[in-house]
Amino acid sequence: MPDNLTTIEEILERKSHPVVRDASIAPTHDMRELLFDLEAKGEIIVQKVPEPYVEFTTKFGRKKKIPIEHTWHHKSCGHCGHIPGYASSILWLHRQFDLDYHDPTDQTSCTGWNYYASAASNAAGQASVMARNFAAAYETGYFPLIHCGTSFGHYKEIREQLVHNQELRDEVRRILGKLGKPLVIPEEIVHYSEWVYAMRHRFAERQLVDMSPITATVHPACHYYKIVAEDAIYDPEIYGGQRTAVVTALLETLGMNVADYSTWFDCCGFGFRHVLVQRDFTRSFAVLRKIEVMKNEANPDLTVTHDTGCVTTLDKSQFAAKAHDRKVGIPILSDAQVAALAMGAHPFRVVQFHWHSTDWRPFLEKLGVNWQKYWDEFQADLDAIRAGTKSGITWEDADQPIHLTA
Amino acid sequence: MPTTLENWNPGKAEDRHPEATYEEKERLFLEVKSDLRYEDFLYGCYECGICVSACPSARFYDFSPRVIAQAMAREDVERIYDILTEDIWNCAQCFSCVRCPRQNNPGGLVTILREVSIKNGLQESKDALQGYSRVIYKVMLKGNQVSPDMLQPDFFPDWGPWVKNFSENMHVWRKAIPMDTIRGITDVAWRVERKTLLELYTIWFESGNMDIIKELDEGLYDLLADVMQEELEEG
Ligand code: SF4
Ligand code: SF4
Repeated sequence: MPDNLTTIEEILERKSHPVVRDASIAPTHDMRELLFDLEAKGEIIVQKVPEPYVEFTTKFGRKKKIPIEHTWHHKSCGHCGHIPGYASSILWLHRQFDLDYHDPTDQTSCTGWNYYASAASNAAGQASVMARNFAAAYETGYFPLIHCGTSFGHYKEIREQLVHNQELRDEVRRILGKLGKPLVIPEEIVHYSEWVYAMRHRFAERQLVDMSPITATVHPACHYYKIVAEDAIYDPEIYGGQRTAVVTALLETLGMNVADYSTWFDCCGFGFRHVLVQRDFTRSFAVLRKIEVMKNEANPDLTVTHDTGCVTTLDKSQFAAKAHDRKVGIPILSDAQVAALAMGAHPFRVVQFHWHSTDWRPFLEKLGVNWQKYWDEFQADLDAIRAGTKSGITWEDADQPIHLTA
Repeated sequence: MPTTLENWNPGKAEDRHPEATYEEKERLFLEVKSDLRYEDFLYGCYECGICVSACPSARFYDFSPRVIAQAMAREDVERIYDILTEDIWNCAQCFSCVRCPRQNNPGGLVTILREVSIKNGLQESKDALQGYSRVIYKVMLKGNQVSPDMLQPDFFPDWGPWVKNFSENMHVWRKAIPMDTIRGITDVAWRVERKTLLELYTIWFESGNMDIIKELDEGLYDLLADVMQEELEEG
């Protein structure tokens, strides 16, 4: 570790090695090789991707395995706390195909939102939280499927740190030892939107709602494809392989018109700390750099994204902007909610539209969905819950797909 | 008087923050430099500004990931102290700046700078995180960052009448969710087992995370440590 300012001699030495540009040494390394090396040395356990899986190409050409079932659902605090229809749509889709999954209570959040907001943690603490969750998944035999984009990005980053740093591995193993757990790293770190991408044609086969009247814009989530950029899925058919293929490929497969806009690379403005305690930045960025640009350039019926903070920020920031006569009014959904809706999920029992604040009624009306009818059904559920004749909505109430436009 | 080109006088670098000695500023920088991630986050800087063009915070604040990478690459101890005390809390941690052709990670450098700032109890960090303690309390104690009961009209007035509607219906809405792990839960995002929380508390103590909290906010530390220690002793 350097513990002094760099000397002139060190700078001259560094400058004597010119940068070599050579495609053959571009960063295409396969993380799995390093993981298996560490496993062979007895340092870690690598949890294998279970069969059946599908392989897709990542940014620089590596094939990534995406498991179809036997998955351990690493939930997102932002989904479950503030957008529960996001999480229930992911599970509802699994249930439609009778896919084996596990929804654990032996799971904490990655705590990454807090870390990116406050830095009130450290590398060993963050790596241990990840490793505890992975060991818990390993104990059940189910393979982690990460719901949150920040958890996904954060875990990829921590995996890099663990693989390249003996000191950190030793420290994390020491801490896990206190919990009686081994250091487990999954063979792949998989985001749920990659599973949605893998399943998109199967969703389309069972599609009940015609999505062709809808024009949608896509907000690709920063922590999905910017952190450890080489481990996100790309496809030459989608924007010439220049943007991640997840979300866009799903919408196209479901028959939506995907419209482009110039600030697609910009973040949503979430800011981690900002969204909680300095929202003037979040609101301004979300409206001025995302929503208004989409409105002006594409005028979409809907914006679709694949991460917690993006749905919340883009949705909730629009209310205050109306007071300033800004051009707003685009409902925001996740890819999982769109897929579930297309397959006939109940708009309120499953997709839980009522947790979204930007008006979603015009979108459902354009699809030909009589949302009032389903809202009345849901109100009857709520009345029964209030009266104590029903304890809550269960999968039994929610599993059955509906011909929403009939 | 407005600043103009004629009267602009940035002063000497060392006079900008006389509250800290050069030695103290150098010590803080060396702490940043010794972080295990530092070498992977900074390889030099072309001054191309690609990071700035992608940076959301650069649009709304006097903030530049290029300046951060430059100052770090030049090991400009005075400038780095300016950044440490004036800039780091403006970063949105989106990592759009990793577009850098030099393969730098300016957002990652900010993460390290923030950690060092917190560990050393810099007042600017305490100010930036004012009002944030309840979130740290929640995530460290409950294992979840956010919960439905946080959605109160007083905290989110700018989110409109939806928040009021939600908070009035929260208990019944939460029962109307088909997932077993969420249904009926309002004080956390999903149901987390007690055993899991005890393991989490052990991680916070063993990793040195509790020492960081102590430096940041002694009151918060006392609250957390009391509950965690009691739970761990019982468990
Ligand atoms: S991580 Fe910070 S410095 Fe980098 S682009 Fe985002 S806001 Fe800017
Ligand atoms: S993109 Fe990289 S090389 Fe260019 S100014 Fe930013 S840090 Fe420097």
